[in-house]
Amino acid sequence: MEDLRFQHRVRAPAGGTRQSAIVGVVASGNLEVLVERVLPDAECAVDIKTAAVGFGEVWTAVIGDFVERYSPGGLRFSINDGGARPDTVSLRLAQAVRLIAENGQ
Amino acid sequence: MSAPLKDITPAERARSTSFHEASARTRLELLLDAGSFVEFIGPEQREVSPHLKIFDLPEQFDDGIVVGRGRLDGSPVFVAAQEGRFMGGAFGEVHGAKLTGLLRAARQIALIPVLILFDTGGVRLQEANAGELAIAEIMRAVMEARSAGVKVIGLIGGRSGCYGGGGLIAGCCSALAVSEPGRIAVSGPEVIETNRGVEEFDSRDRALVWRTMGGKHRRLLGAADVFADDNVQDFREAALELLGLIGSFGLDSLKAEQERLADRLSRYGACLDAIDIWTAQGIACAETVPELPADQFIALADEIGRTSRDAR
Repeated sequence: MEDLRFQHRVRAPAGGTRQSAIVGVVASGNLEVLVERVLPDAECAVDIKTAAVGFGEVWTAVIGDFVERYSPGGLRFSINDGGARPDTVSLRLAQAVRLIAENGQ
Repeated sequence: MSAPLKDITPAERARSTSFHEASARTRLELLLDAGSFVEFIGPEQREVSPHLKIFDLPEQFDDGIVVGRGRLDGSPVFVAAQEGRFMGGAFGEVHGAKLTGLLRAARQIALIPVLILFDTGGVRLQEANAGELAIAEIMRAVMEARSAGVKVIGLIGGRSGCYGGGGLIAGCCSALAVSEPGRIAVSGPEVIETNRGVEEFDSRDRALVWRTMGGKHRRLLGAADVFADDNVQDFREAALELLGLIGSFGLDSLKAEQERLADRLSRYGACLDAIDIWTAQGIACAETVPELPADQFIALADEIGRTSRDAR
């Protein structure tokens, strides 16, 4: 297992009012993303625990691209990864942002 | 996924969603009245397995089981749903404790039924002792809840089936609903083959696996009370039907169940294949049962009859 942590400054806070959301499942080639609205508006953090060791550079690129595209201010993402491909990671992150951007609990 | 579906009703969405394909969370969302689910010990509490780290394996924030409360046609229910894709839905220490706790809460309240959406290969081998203990605790908790008057219903239609300790717990429930892809057994096909040889059971013969452990056979044998088509709405309707059917539980029902099982063994104990059993039950062209669509199979099964309400 390898632990990775990314922190970014972002342009704008994420929309919606939900406090947390979860998508995905920890399985081979899949991952779960827990997103929580717990940070100041201009910050975003991504904590990753991955079964695939040695892919730090790929994660840096995927997370950098995601933060640039969605500006998920105020959100902390916690990822349990079962060795998902970069496109699956991007998809789950996008789903997590959309889910927490809904209104409600 | 939800945006383009806003125009259709929850029942239509549940009808068009395969129970087998859906995640544990989606199953609960569509099984219960819309928006009624409240999770206990949710993923944000990060109650993960204390064992997987030792084996350098990834954890899941809910340890592969979602527990909570919700409403079914307006009435409160407790629910637990296993996620069959995380470690085969297997029982670990935390996973099991969440279900035990839910059943104990149900026993104390004594009026609210429990629905268990099984999807499991059994005990998580990395947590063997803790997992085995969890199975024993859950079985005890099911029986204590039932003794206090709680209805405990198992819904089985997930990709991992209901095997190992999950099969034992299912056997303790008040009633079961099963779909065709759902399988109920203790030893799985590969376990039998490994221990007894390929002549005893060929685990690669999928047709054999399904006619021995699959939902249709379990329904015809009386192990499962209701057969559901593979969609969430059908399981919802099955759960509602079973809530209305389940009788009281006590020594008399256990004796009746023992009698039912002894009778079943004496009738079919000599059969070598499920098809022989179905033929002995009076089903014409028993070899066509696996191919029957759900509605025709349900009509056939209703002719065969149902487990007596006094048993189980």
